Amino acid sequence: MTAESGIGASVRRKEDRRFITGNGRYTDDLNRPGQTYAFFVRSPHAHARIKRVDTAKAAKMPGVVAVFTGKDVADSKVGGLICGWLIKSKDGSPHKAPPHPIIALDTVRHVGDQVAVVIGETLSQARDAAEQVQVDYEVLPAVIDPKDAAAKGAAQVHADAPGNLCYDWELGDKAATEAAFAKAHHVAKLDLVNNRLIPNAMEPRAAVAEYDFGTDSYTVWSTSQNPHVLKLLLCAFVLQVPEHKMRVIAPDVGGGFGSKIFNYPEETVCTWASKQIRRPVKWTAERSESFLTDAHGRDHVTHVELALDKDGKFLAMRVDTYANLGAYLSTFATSVPTYLYAPLLAGPYTTPQLYIEVKGVFTHTTPVDAYRGAGRPEATYLLERIVETAAREMKIDPAELRRRNFIPPDAFPYQTPVIQQYDIGNYHASLDKALEMIDYKGFPARRAQSEKKGKRRGIGFSSYIEACGIAPSAAVGALGGGVGLWESGQVRFNPTGSVTIHTGSHSHGQGHETTFAQIVADKLGVPIENIEVVHGDTDKTAFGMGTYGSRSLAVGGSAIVKACDKIVAKAKKIAAHMLEAAVEDIEHERGVFKVSGTDKSVNIAQIAFSAYVPHNYPADVEPGLDETAFYDPLNFSFPAGTHICEVEVDPDTGIVEIAKWVAVDDFGTVINPMVVEGQVHGGIAQGVGQALLETCVYDKQSGQLLTGSYMDYCMPRADNLPSFEVGMTTTPSPLNPLGVKGCGEAGAIAAPPALINAVTDALGIKHLDMPASPEKVWRAAQASRPRMAAE
Amino acid sequence: MYAFNYHRPGSLAEAAKLIAANAEAKLLAGGQTLIPTLKQRLAQPGDVIDLGGIAELKGIKVEGGNVVVGAMTRHGEVAASAEVRKAIPALAALAGGIGDPQVRNLGTIGGSIANSDPAADYPAAALGLGATIHTSKRQIPADKFFTGMFETALEEGEIIVKVAFPAPKRAAYQKFENPASRYAIVGVMVAETANGVRVAVTGAAPSVFRWTEAEAALGKSFAAGALDGLKAKADGLNADIHASAEYRAHLIGVMARRAVAACG
Repeated sequence: MTAESGIGASVRRKEDRRFITGNGRYTDDLNRPGQTYAFFVRSPHAHARIKRVDTAKAAKMPGVVAVFTGKDVADSKVGGLICGWLIKSKDGSPHKAPPHPIIALDTVRHVGDQVAVVIGETLSQARDAAEQVQVDYEVLPAVIDPKDAAAKGAAQVHADAPGNLCYDWELGDKAATEAAFAKAHHVAKLDLVNNRLIPNAMEPRAAVAEYDFGTDSYTVWSTSQNPHVLKLLLCAFVLQVPEHKMRVIAPDVGGGFGSKIFNYPEETVCTWASKQIRRPVKWTAERSESFLTDAHGRDHVTHVELALDKDGKFLAMRVDTYANLGAYLSTFATSVPTYLYAPLLAGPYTTPQLYIEVKGVFTHTTPVDAYRGAGRPEATYLLERIVETAAREMKIDPAELRRRNFIPPDAFPYQTPVIQQYDIGNYHASLDKALEMIDYKGFPARRAQSEKKGKRRGIGFSSYIEACGIAPSAAVGALGGGVGLWESGQVRFNPTGSVTIHTGSHSHGQGHETTFAQIVADKLGVPIENIEVVHGDTDKTAFGMGTYGSRSLAVGGSAIVKACDKIVAKAKKIAAHMLEAAVEDIEHERGVFKVSGTDKSVNIAQIAFSAYVPHNYPADVEPGLDETAFYDPLNFSFPAGTHICEVEVDPDTGIVEIAKWVAVDDFGTVINPMVVEGQVHGGIAQGVGQALLETCVYDKQSGQLLTGSYMDYCMPRADNLPSFEVGMTTTPSPLNPLGVKGCGEAGAIAAPPALINAVTDALGIKHLDMPASPEKVWRAAQASRPRMAAE
Repeated sequence: MYAFNYHRPGSLAEAAKLIAANAEAKLLAGGQTLIPTLKQRLAQPGDVIDLGGIAELKGIKVEGGNVVVGAMTRHGEVAASAEVRKAIPALAALAGGIGDPQVRNLGTIGGSIANSDPAADYPAAALGLGATIHTSKRQIPADKFFTGMFETALEEGEIIVKVAFPAPKRAAYQKFENPASRYAIVGVMVAETANGVRVAVTGAAPSVFRWTEAEAALGKSFAAGALDGLKAKADGLNADIHASAEYRAHLIGVMARRAVAACG
């Protein structure tokens, strides 16, 4: 049984029965008796002083229950939203944390900033009334680009953040890096932009908040990736509600990609307002609101230099990055361009010295925070672009240059110069397998074929490493993180032998209900159809930290293993009693408990029944079979691998077609290969989106979002993607009981540099900023000649 | 969406009467532009007249060398029509490339050309094939129909009944799509007709237009090579975050050459 459903089996996803039959239950599906609807009045300006908000006319409109402004919120002593990661500037000062009111008080700082909320009996009535809220603005100059914002004379976003600087942070040894550069044989240099992205989860954000006067408590249904964390933030930091007086439920959630980690103004306003009006309040984002208010991703402007010796060995790297944080600090905004970015610039290489400077900058744009990969895609793009540039400039084969600088497989655990200690890996193995899968030797012939058709063909490498499974609580705390990052897992046997698993992580597309069930099926021999996974409800599961940073399996899965271990320890005692043997003589394998050297055995279902109907039961053992474990990881996990892609560029139109894509990843032990491949495919698709199609564009003068709908913001579609060839190499992590590493973000981390390396190779140019959209590529193609003709 | 009065006339005469009585009313054909506009509250008509119940506006006929398409015929029906595929395969192919299946199952030819969206495909077919637009009041040649961005020769209360396309000797349509919206950044219909070569360009300018220099060159020699060295002028072309005027001008040449090549 376990062979088909245990660890390593491509079990079909248990959750898909409800998802593909339209029986998922999302927040917006939920309706409460007496429910009202919130509609937000939003700023049409990027930067303006609010002179007056007149709600009198709106309040008299039909069906209006209440209209609230920033002043109402301020008068009720509600706090602002917080940022949970403290970053210290070079001079030791803490990052600037300007107020982030849940409804703007006197100033709006980005288009879409909320100015008032209208609560109506119906959504249409709320919306009609919202149009009657009169706001007088004094429009002020806006600044959009992070480098512009840091320049002298730029419009100021917050009075208490001079020069729009949130922090000026550094990592690494500056002097040693400079010294290494002084000895360099060659220095490769690049200026590049990591383009700003809009997350676009399929399900828009939504909330239903209900206040119960009788118990003085709240229930909040929310599209959250981490309901416990949201509860903690809402209660302890913003609304000052005792934690035992709030329940947060994140039911089925249709994708997050990071954007649903955060505590946003909207669910906070709904929760606050539900007490003011003593009725449930519902809000669901319109897609236009998602574009304007979901935390955006990336948006870096960077200069990078890589020093090499005459053999192509990396000596040092220095990086100067301006990171756009948007108008306010989102929940984990400060950490993304610092600790989730700079340590990753060591990559899979032995570069002995790195020095990274990051200026976190406020602008009049939507807040920026973690988006699939969160800092690691930015790092990997930078690193793999500069490595590629160095290879071309020194005329060393790009695969060979990487190979010369990889950390050798026998050097683990490997301490990088920038914080991280890698547990294990074999980067040569992934590269070699990828080269074989793509038939690297055959590339010149394929290029010649393409050129016969008038196309230009290029090949691009991306050898990445990422740090996920975030993370050891103590380490996170030492770096300024305001939370612990352990996870909880509970394995509860029912009397008839079926199992309910409770996890503090949250599935919003990752397939936990299948993968976690496979772990218990494997460990305890329970048929997978007899296992249910419960998540997303703070009243049902022990406190947990949720799902992001590819942590659910490495941390949450490990907690479940630890709970299984506790089950086994207790079951052995019960089995010993049932079999009239000593506990030390009981052997366990996949749910069968046997007296060593005999054929006497009982199975876990029999033991569970005995535990709940303890008529003949050991006196020193508690009844019941239900164990909870909390697991704090020993380290991050470090998935790594090599992606190689080939593109064909049409020089007449600038269209880039992906001809081949090979992904070889090392995720350690794989629980469900089908689910993992799906994660890789989805990750690559998002990486292709960033590299070829997606970009968030604001008008630099007015601060208006020009890509505010799918008419202008280009998401990847099936016809933009090739059939991916996915391979695996495996070095099980020695640091967690499953030997696993995270797989959720690797594709999005690896893909962009592979594509841009391929496009620039095809065009014979040094660099092209993402996305490689048709006009940009066409212009580059006009300015360059085919590579073969040039060489 | 704001509230409005909804009408669903059963005949053209009834529809004409309704619109005559209420000049501010909006005609609803396939609704592929009007409905999103209403949903976003960008328009607030007091009355909407749904043309979906009028049988005489629907259907495809081939008569006397003309493919005649009723105004309320869906794009998907034109794309799938064996008669259209036989008489003017380029027209069926163009219709089959509009939007996505949902759009093609609702959008109509009358709605498309009446809207005269600068990035729509059907205006290129109408102008490129030299169609005649039959309305509730008169017949309008395509050359006189498209007058500007979202502007046509239609008068107030005038309803498109059908569009008659003379079958060309050969024709082809090539489109360079906006990667996000999949509307035409540049779409070129090239047709060799009884009255000479016609080249109609959509997407590139505020309104569909004929590229007369290309027509002249192809009139001498109907081959892709005849357009070598011929450049469309960038002056007056559209420019946005997806494509500059210069790029659009270049693409007109590329798409025209590819259309000629596709004519076989």
